[in-house]
Amino acid sequence: MQKYSVFSLVKNALSNHENWDLAWKDPTPKKEYDVVIIGGGGHGLATAYYLAKEHNITNVAIIEKGWIGGGNVGRNTTIIRSNYMHDDNALFSEFGMDLWRRMSQDLNYNVMFSPRGIINLAHSDAQMNTYARRGNSMRLNGIDAVLLNREEVREIIPMADFSENVRFPIFGGLMQPSAGTARHDAVAWGYARQADDMGVDIIQNCEVIGFDVSAGKINGVRTSRGDIKAKKIGLCVAGSTNILAEKLNMTLPIETHLLQACVSEPVKPVLDKVVTFGAGHFYISQSDKGEMVMGGDLDGYNSYAQRGNLPTLQHVLTEGIAMMPFLSKLKMLRTWGGIMDMSMDGSPIIDKTHIEGLYLNCGWCYGGFKATPASGWTFAHTIAQDRVHELNAGYSLNRFNTGHLLDEKGLGTKTWIS
Amino acid sequence: MLYIKCPHCGMRSQNEFSYGGDATIKRPELGKEISDQDWDNFVYNRKSLRGKHWELWQHLSGCRQWIKVQRDTATHEIFKTLKANEEIS
Repeated sequence: MQKYSVFSLVKNALSNHENWDLAWKDPTPKKEYDVVIIGGGGHGLATAYYLAKEHNITNVAIIEKGWIGGGNVGRNTTIIRSNYMHDDNALFSEFGMDLWRRMSQDLNYNVMFSPRGIINLAHSDAQMNTYARRGNSMRLNGIDAVLLNREEVREIIPMADFSENVRFPIFGGLMQPSAGTARHDAVAWGYARQADDMGVDIIQNCEVIGFDVSAGKINGVRTSRGDIKAKKIGLCVAGSTNILAEKLNMTLPIETHLLQACVSEPVKPVLDKVVTFGAGHFYISQSDKGEMVMGGDLDGYNSYAQRGNLPTLQHVLTEGIAMMPFLSKLKMLRTWGGIMDMSMDGSPIIDKTHIEGLYLNCGWCYGGFKATPASGWTFAHTIAQDRVHELNAGYSLNRFNTGHLLDEKGLGTKTWIS
Repeated sequence: MLYIKCPHCGMRSQNEFSYGGDATIKRPELGKEISDQDWDNFVYNRKSLRGKHWELWQHLSGCRQWIKVQRDTATHEIFKTLKANEEIS
């Protein structure tokens, strides 16, 4: 594989950039693999990469119904953070932060990781207390957290509404300075390129039709491009989890919902942090191109539509304008939607299943993108060793049965209602 | 924008409604021995079908009644609505 560097750039410039290697191949599926990963999104590609890199398992196929990186990794708001209170979430996410910091070097691909910091705004004394508690929990787990008062927030984001007569005045905020954003497509492409180089087959336009299960064991998968045998199969299909679960006769603590995001027209640099509104669900950052990248609530009802509905967008942007009134002057450039695998406690599932050789990675709700490296790393471990790693031990499938929920936001089973 | 025909009030916009999830889930009967798995299925596990889906909505800003709606989760087409006490046929 050609290494991407300033030298290779200059060298290829001399031949009009016509001689670059393909970033990944387009192989015909083999009859059998050691491991098949279903879903060529960020998590699936990362899983294949870590299977090859950390566990030396390279006889691996990634099966993708469409094209790689075409799902949620290509349609998120690129926020990366580890500002969680519960140990299971905090340690998992902070492990991921370390992988993010090294990712561009590890993958020899510029993922444009930008640790610009995230501020969660507080709009009441009670919320400040909650943030102080969460910040302290984070610091006990080695994650940076700074509690900001109103004046400190005003210094960092003076464009927010600090006038006296607002419905939700800004009391302060909780900042994680090391949080940030990254170029989402580059993450998928970087993992794909390295995985391909280590021998992983990336098979696109290949839909899963069914599974070959006998005597409680998985033997393979039936696809639109023929049957593929494998003793180990990992599901990384996010919003399509319920569809594949049905083919496996499994009913999961997951509902599929639609989440929208949007960007404004590009404007000059105005916001160098990720900011979230504390009195509703709205978050914003500014991309390198200058667009304001915004998102918020789910549309609120089960959906596989991958396109949104205007009432929710209006609701979300009303919150945005309440927080930063200048947004009302901007024109909308693009809106889009993706389907989320909403788990019943708001935390993900990375676990084995009752079918031997079948592994499950789902339930990422709003937070799948930031988890890409840690999810891939722990899922690869779970598949390779046939046991969960301590980092994903809390993300078990049976926690709903035993009552060990990871309800980070205290939303319980109705995560979509908040 | 979805338009939902409330069986009590007629056609209204989705802004008047709130969502209540899968309408086919039945609470385990009282006074009977109920396994953990039964509770798990009632409280957490959902099929979340792609295609025709019976679901509960509440006409919150209208008559405040709960209703049943059959909607396609991929196209948002609404086929039927029923009063809460009417059985899904």
